[in-house]
Amino acid sequence: MLDRAPSNREAPSADLNSETRPVRFRGAGFMPKAGRYSGWVALLLMILIWQLAGSAGLVNSLFLPTPFAIARAIWQLAITGALWHHLSYSILRIGIGWVLGTIAGVVVGFAIGLSSLARGVGITFISALFPIPKIALLPLLILWLGIGEEPKIATIALGVFFSTAISVYSGVDAVPRNLIRMAQSFNVPFHAIVSRVIWPGALPSILAGFRISASVALLLVVSAEMIGAEFGIGAFVLQAGNLMQTDQLLAGVVILSLFGLAVGKAINWLETRLLHWR
Amino acid sequence: MDLIADRISHRFGALEVLDNVSFTVGPGEVVAIVGPSGCGKSTLLSILGGLLRPSAGAAQLRGAQPADSRNPLTFVFQDFALLPWCTVNENVDFPLLHTGLTDSNRCAIVDDVLHRTGLADFRAMYPKQLSGGMRQRVGIARALAVRPAILLMDEPLSALDSQTRELLMEDFIRLLADGSVGAVYVTHNLEEAVRLADRIVVLSRRPGRVREVVNIPMTRGARSDIGAREKLLALQTELWSLIREQAIDAEREVQHA
Repeated sequence: MLDRAPSNREAPSADLNSETRPVRFRGAGFMPKAGRYSGWVALLLMILIWQLAGSAGLVNSLFLPTPFAIARAIWQLAITGALWHHLSYSILRIGIGWVLGTIAGVVVGFAIGLSSLARGVGITFISALFPIPKIALLPLLILWLGIGEEPKIATIALGVFFSTAISVYSGVDAVPRNLIRMAQSFNVPFHAIVSRVIWPGALPSILAGFRISASVALLLVVSAEMIGAEFGIGAFVLQAGNLMQTDQLLAGVVILSLFGLAVGKAINWLETRLLHWR
Repeated sequence: MDLIADRISHRFGALEVLDNVSFTVGPGEVVAIVGPSGCGKSTLLSILGGLLRPSAGAAQLRGAQPADSRNPLTFVFQDFALLPWCTVNENVDFPLLHTGLTDSNRCAIVDDVLHRTGLADFRAMYPKQLSGGMRQRVGIARALAVRPAILLMDEPLSALDSQTRELLMEDFIRLLADGSVGAVYVTHNLEEAVRLADRIVVLSRRPGRVREVVNIPMTRGARSDIGAREKLLALQTELWSLIREQAIDAEREVQHA
């Protein structure tokens, strides 16, 4: 039998002779939480100050046009169709370059993650070539591929390829070995281990790699278009700079940042769809 | 079908982990493997299950495989090894996907083992939504789905809290009661060994050698009687006295390493 003690004996009032004092709370702080609106409020405030400073003539509008002027420039670009024209060139280059680089990167990344031979060869090559700023290869690629779209697309594909290959093979490496051993212990065939264990296990890292490769692609498309293109957001920004049309220039920059933001959102969406199990 | 550890030795580089370990697990028999930490218990289990090639000796099977077994040697892992992106249902179905069974057959098998392990209401959940005990139940359900002849259990309870451990222990006793499934049960917990095993193989500290093979002179059913408690406790104490000195040495060694 359990010897049950009367539970009210544990209450503080039981012992009236001694005074009680609360234990001092020491656990405050170190838990920053981003408020829901604070970021937007700060952004709007900054734009407002910028606008007011510009309108009051405190800032030379040639060097820093007001947000309103930039918005107007974007509107003008939109209604004249120039925006879509430039944007479509950039999107086409990024799209093709990113897809090519990603396919090659995923294939090579998986090969490095799964085969000893590919690992030995692949890692050496990637370590040697990854640090090269890919834009430095554009002149060479122009010599090889001509002055059309190909060298720009190839530059983007190269940049995307290396960062994708690295994130894919580190993703494959990061798949818990115990899951692979589990699958082997049930005689699951190789191809099924790859498709049902390694692919989903590496997916978080692969999608994180997409985020990086998308920003690499954006960086490279702008650089490539600044070096040698008639159309495209990069070319547009450079021309605007040459003509001192700073409102147009910043309109281009805003469009680039919106584009980057949209790509980031798309990857967020993919992550919530594909990685809901996390 | 017998599973035989035939003079198994193993080394990782210069580190000798197992030295000439031999024993046999008969049909329906539960053999516990105990020993000080680092004595190669889990390594031995990996070798027995064909996941690791021993440096010398071999794991052997003797006699015909049970005809209805889809994976005679089936592991239950310490860390459960569940696919985090699969639901309970999909995890249990996973080893059946490549067995050539029809969808409806697989469905029936999964259904059956989920009911037997008390998981029927959790089939749509993901591992992260489950407690440790429920996760290990999924691991057990997955193992049962392939109708093992011998379960290779690698410290299956050591990642769980003591209350959950007790509950799962009761499940294991029920599971192994009818003798249709044998087991090699690796544990550092002597109480688990004494309560579950027909025989206990005591390994020495690294390199692990068979120091002693101890028979438990009681059926598993009889062990739950009040009267058996004392006997089991005495056995456990005896086993501990076998291991204690070496456990101290092993602990010191780990701390020096």
